[in-house]
Amino acid sequence: MYTLTGLKLKNPTILAAGVLGTTGASLCRVAREGGAGAVVTKSIGPTPKTGHHNPSMVRLDCGFLNAMGLPNPSYPSFLQELEFAKNNSPAPVVASIFGGNPSEFAEVAQGLLPAKPDAFELNVSCPHAEGYGAAIGSNPCLVEAVTAAVKDVVNVPVWVKLTPNVADITCIGNAAEAGGADAVVAINTLKGMAIDIESGYPVLGNRSGGLSGKAVKPVAVKCVYDLYTALEIPVIGVGGVSSWEDAVEMMMAGATAVQVGSAVYDRVDIFSEIGAGIEAFLERKGYSNINKIIGLAHEMV
Amino acid sequence: MLPLNATITQITDESPAVRTFFFDPRFEDMEPGQFVMVWIRGVDEIPMGLSRNNSITVQKVGEATSKLFELKEGDSFGLRGPFGKGFTLPVKGEKILVIAGGVGAAPLSPYAEAAFAAGAEVHTILGARSAGDLLFEGRFEALGKVYVSTDDGSKGVKGFVTDVLKSLDMAAYDRISVCGPEIMMSSVFRLLEERKSLEKAEFSLHRYFKCGIGVCGACCIDHSGLRVCKDGPVFSGVQLIGSELGKYSRDASGRRVKI
Repeated sequence: MYTLTGLKLKNPTILAAGVLGTTGASLCRVAREGGAGAVVTKSIGPTPKTGHHNPSMVRLDCGFLNAMGLPNPSYPSFLQELEFAKNNSPAPVVASIFGGNPSEFAEVAQGLLPAKPDAFELNVSCPHAEGYGAAIGSNPCLVEAVTAAVKDVVNVPVWVKLTPNVADITCIGNAAEAGGADAVVAINTLKGMAIDIESGYPVLGNRSGGLSGKAVKPVAVKCVYDLYTALEIPVIGVGGVSSWEDAVEMMMAGATAVQVGSAVYDRVDIFSEIGAGIEAFLERKGYSNINKIIGLAHEMV
Repeated sequence: MLPLNATITQITDESPAVRTFFFDPRFEDMEPGQFVMVWIRGVDEIPMGLSRNNSITVQKVGEATSKLFELKEGDSFGLRGPFGKGFTLPVKGEKILVIAGGVGAAPLSPYAEAAFAAGAEVHTILGARSAGDLLFEGRFEALGKVYVSTDDGSKGVKGFVTDVLKSLDMAAYDRISVCGPEIMMSSVFRLLEERKSLEKAEFSLHRYFKCGIGVCGACCIDHSGLRVCKDGPVFSGVQLIGSELGKYSRDASGRRVKI
């Protein structure tokens, strides 16, 4: 068992927000069949949103581009999905939430509390939803205020998911910590775009979006590395993790656990595969426990 | 993959609101029952079952399909796919029953043809609102017996495909393949469940798709959490026992909407 901000995880792999997290049943499938140590829901907001027009996600040679546009049924409608997940998932369930200001964040968090999520993850990092996500997450004062507002109304851990689309991610990480965050999650997608050269049209319905998958892993590793140095609280690494080797690398940069998103494209049971791979690696290398590799790269000078 | 550029080579009017768009390139490796994401540039991208390895057959129902209907031969749209899991092909000597309602005949027609080519005996129940809405009757007739039902009785049995199905001996078929409006499919599902024939049946579901490639989770069904775009769209009857089929689906925001 692994402990992360007080949550008990059977392995250090977590389903990332926005992936297979629209329904309670889907979250349970990832926890059960997929073997995830914890699962994070789709980001939920104060009012229903249908999101951007399609194409909302395309696969590239180097990763994935997406612009979903925070589609969500709003917290009152999502309660039944979260309750189903909580009642049936063998792993902790983390509610990802967003809002346009601190009071909306607090409203959504309170609204979901009856379903007893094991933690909250604050989405201050979606790169393609005007007025939400990175619009807040690139401003340290707002990040601190949003974090504090949610911490005030809940008694479970609060994680803050950071955007890499800023000059210095550690400033934002520090702001989250100052607001009382129990962990930061890094990174959300990098701004990206693809154009259909036959027609000249941008491919995504929203014209541009966020890049995930293999291409962003080195960016994520560097962000995690820097945050590990700058912060006291745990860093959860996410971005391009699709194998146990990627997970180990992210941990050596300083991640206490990893999240996996786009890689469910290949297979849903990637979580148990990564978990087993990490265990086998620790054994082969003679590390007595996972803490021996967390931040290891910082010591190798 | 980014969308392929598909050029419209021919357009056929099947009925006033249903049109077939033939395109180039052709998907030689498609599994009957698979779908493509059709991108009408500047408008939207929508899932469509393939009605041949180089055609989609579309009912005009909303903004995207209306824009598609404005396109002419020589125009183009974007295509991603084929995606998902199709219908299971029979082996030589098997006897199959195809149950198609409305535009549900689109993905079933290449399946029936592939089944026939594999040496199966193919019977079809083809249902529609009225005689003019029957889709691909000729394609199914070329393969074997076709039972027709129309809501208004303008051709064949007056009523629904289930009225025909009730009169058939389901034990005589090795496989039953179903696609059509959800109300129709859930009626067929219940009848097959009563007759203990679900294990040989497959159903093609439609749900709101966003990514179309199995990542976002917008199309997951209850309570299995299976993704219609990747684990389906074709599911076995057994996979759908106790599911949301015929009860509700989710809209673009993820809200449950009664069927």
